[in-house]
Amino acid sequence: MGFRAAVITFPGSNCDRDMAVALEAVSGQPAIRVWHGDADLPDRLDLIALPGGFSYGDYLRSGAMAAMSPIMRAVVAAAERGVPVLGVCNGFQVLTEARLLPGALMRNAGQRFICRTVKLTVENTDSLFTAGFTAGEALHIPVAHHDGNYFADSETLDRLEAEGRIAFRYAEPVNGSARDIAGVLSENGRVLGMMPHPERAIEPAAVTALGGADGRRLFENILSALASA
Amino acid sequence: MKVRVLVRLKPGVLDPQGRAVHHALEGLGFAGVEDVRVGRLIELDVADDTDPAALTEMCEKLLANTVIENFTIETGEGGK
Repeated sequence: MGFRAAVITFPGSNCDRDMAVALEAVSGQPAIRVWHGDADLPDRLDLIALPGGFSYGDYLRSGAMAAMSPIMRAVVAAAERGVPVLGVCNGFQVLTEARLLPGALMRNAGQRFICRTVKLTVENTDSLFTAGFTAGEALHIPVAHHDGNYFADSETLDRLEAEGRIAFRYAEPVNGSARDIAGVLSENGRVLGMMPHPERAIEPAAVTALGGADGRRLFENILSALASA
Repeated sequence: MKVRVLVRLKPGVLDPQGRAVHHALEGLGFAGVEDVRVGRLIELDVADDTDPAALTEMCEKLLANTVIENFTIETGEGGK
């Protein structure tokens, strides 16, 4: 049976199509597009992807309104059943606002919108998203955000470190994030939130103008983890 | 009933916006500004018999992100 991934679109999402294209490029299966106002998700999902963008115009706080939308109740319930969830950029903000991941994404320390390819260090290689990477490996993946400054209290940060739940760090400071955190996993390792955009880095590495191909490997990791599950 | 909800970053949470405003004030020549923190004021108009517990719940669930923010609720005269 084919890989079934759903991409949620909120009003103001703008990376939903890129996410769907990346998922289809890697899996050969078209992603199912789901609207934020839907109350239910398709059944038998292998992955739920929350894309980047500016859902609800970032009103109140980035991701805050989207976290309250009808489909997020279904996403939270699915995550609790163990369905893998990937939130990228605004999707990461939505996951923290929905309390599926700890912490919060605040305004970048330098106040500026940052849009460039950054170097990441792989910290976790145990999750379905990261099992194909090598610990300490460098990845190059683009970021494009204004609110990517990860914050959590020091107890939470210590716990994340101790439990191996920091998926990626920035190799050098980018946006003021606590402990240079770029991506965080849930306690069961099946929910990943990350500010960098893997779906923008799926073309062969030679085409560096299009972000390289390190992001593609994240999607390939998901597929191999599911295939061997 | 008018209700004012003041949402502020928790002490210890760095406030890049406040820092930028602070620099701008100094740039304008205002001396003696020790610190600036930017918060948010949310004004609600609710039924007079609204349960205070419901107001607190509104803050905890949506109006504030309690990971990074504290909130205070003013009703009655304070809320005007």
